[in-house]
Amino acid sequence: MITGTPKPIEEILEMIEPYEKIIVAGCFGCVTVCRVGGEKEVQVLASTLRLAREAGGRPLEIREVCLERQCDPEYLDPMRPYVEDYQAVLSIACGAGIQFMAEKFARTPLLPGINTGFLGVTERQGEWAERCQGCGDCVLHLTGGICPVTRCAKSLFHGPCGGSVGGICEVSRDVPCGWQLIIDRLKALDQLENYGKLKPYKGWSSARDGGPRRIIREDMI
Amino acid sequence: MKSGSNLERVLAAGQFAVTAECGPPRGADPEKVLKKAEFVKGNVDACNVTDNQTSVVRMSSLAGCLLVRQSGTEPLLQMVVRDRNRIALQSDLLGASALGVRNLLCLSGDHQKFGDDPQAKNVFDIDSIQLIHLVKTMRDDGVFPSGEKLDGAPKFFIGCAVNPFADPFEIRVPRFKLKADAGADFVQTQCIYNMDTFTRYMEEAKKMGLHERVKILAGVTPLKSVGMAKFMNKMVAGIDIPEPVIKRLADEPKEKQAAKGIEMCIEQIQQLKEMEGIAGVHVMAIEWEEKLNEIIGGAGLLPRPVVDEGETER
Ligand code: SF4
Repeated sequence: MITGTPKPIEEILEMIEPYEKIIVAGCFGCVTVCRVGGEKEVQVLASTLRLAREAGGRPLEIREVCLERQCDPEYLDPMRPYVEDYQAVLSIACGAGIQFMAEKFARTPLLPGINTGFLGVTERQGEWAERCQGCGDCVLHLTGGICPVTRCAKSLFHGPCGGSVGGICEVSRDVPCGWQLIIDRLKALDQLENYGKLKPYKGWSSARDGGPRRIIREDMI
Repeated sequence: MKSGSNLERVLAAGQFAVTAECGPPRGADPEKVLKKAEFVKGNVDACNVTDNQTSVVRMSSLAGCLLVRQSGTEPLLQMVVRDRNRIALQSDLLGASALGVRNLLCLSGDHQKFGDDPQAKNVFDIDSIQLIHLVKTMRDDGVFPSGEKLDGAPKFFIGCAVNPFADPFEIRVPRFKLKADAGADFVQTQCIYNMDTFTRYMEEAKKMGLHERVKILAGVTPLKSVGMAKFMNKMVAGIDIPEPVIKRLADEPKEKQAAKGIEMCIEQIQQLKEMEGIAGVHVMAIEWEEKLNEIIGGAGLLPRPVVDEGETER
């Protein structure tokens, strides 16, 4: 899922400072699962903002909505009849959702209520960790199902580097060395022979380096 | 000869090679490099110039190399893949070769988190092993990795680094082999203090015949004090200083620890010299370059040999 973290409330208050009437929009997708931008978070954020603004003597009118998804046009359309009655939309969906809404509602300012994080997993309640950088050229079959691009702090293709000690990455005591994980797993799978081969330079054009990406599935158009 | 560098000639002639290193200054003053280089001069066959080590911004390695050469020592250019993509790497390689730098060390580089600019974007477009392959392709095939023909191939004696003390141990020699397969001509190891682990490492490397494919220069760093030993052991990832080594220093009064450190370093070089498969030493006297003459001379490795192109056997 796409993960994120809430922006500090002070930053949000500063963003909405010019407005008296806004929409706070959540999303039932990823951000609901990682509890940063779902229906409940919309309610909590809206009441916090209302209280803060009342205390400052400038009350704020908020319409609370939560869309099925902010990244699909069909779910944005229902907002169209009323969106222009408000001065801005504060969205707590991921960056993709926020931008898509901005594209669809050309005359309404869109404000981000969260910082979008990464493509990750729930390791345990309240803890998420990155697993994929969406580089567009998956090699997991060669690396024991563990991604060197994401899990190695230097995205090495022939790790581990000299900084790997006791399974920990040189970058931080809290970061497991991705290459130690790869090797442990290759060993467990009896596939260590995969390690001994030189890998071609990675083509980054399928990653963000090639410019904004697009997928076109002719069979679906 | 692949590069014709002095280091390559010394090694090809079967002489025990000596290299040292100079870290360029955190500023634009050339005198700082020239001063360090004075201590190196005459004591080594080539001198590494580091490339923004520990991700702290310093004078560029290439500029440092030219200053080192100006002072009379053959430079060895360190190049990390942290800060440059393959376009910049290739371009800098061409420039370095054009300016007469003949020795190269291909490295990943410490993560930028350790330096003054932890907010910097890192590159790691290719890794250090792929950099070895890239240089070799340019040098031996006369083409860019893209396949385009080079208008004059760069000439480098290609080096890599290995750390026998990082984890997992079992993958250390296979990773060294990958560097050999990619085209490394020589290797400089991380500073060795744990001779038992290093001996085990060398046994494995020799089993794979790596010492016959790649010239192995064993890395040493003299310890200035117990404090330094403890600090390095604890704080520097991939440094392993066994307790007995620390104890030997600790048994000395404070003012005699530096001299003891040098004595231990000399002893160690002599041991390494006797080890099968070791072709030379890399003496990293960090911010202690003035002791190089004492250490290298003490180990009986001076004067450095002068090897003409004709005397080398291949
Ligand atoms: S310690 Fe491991 S994860 Fe960290 S940079 Fe080195 S190889 Fe990558």
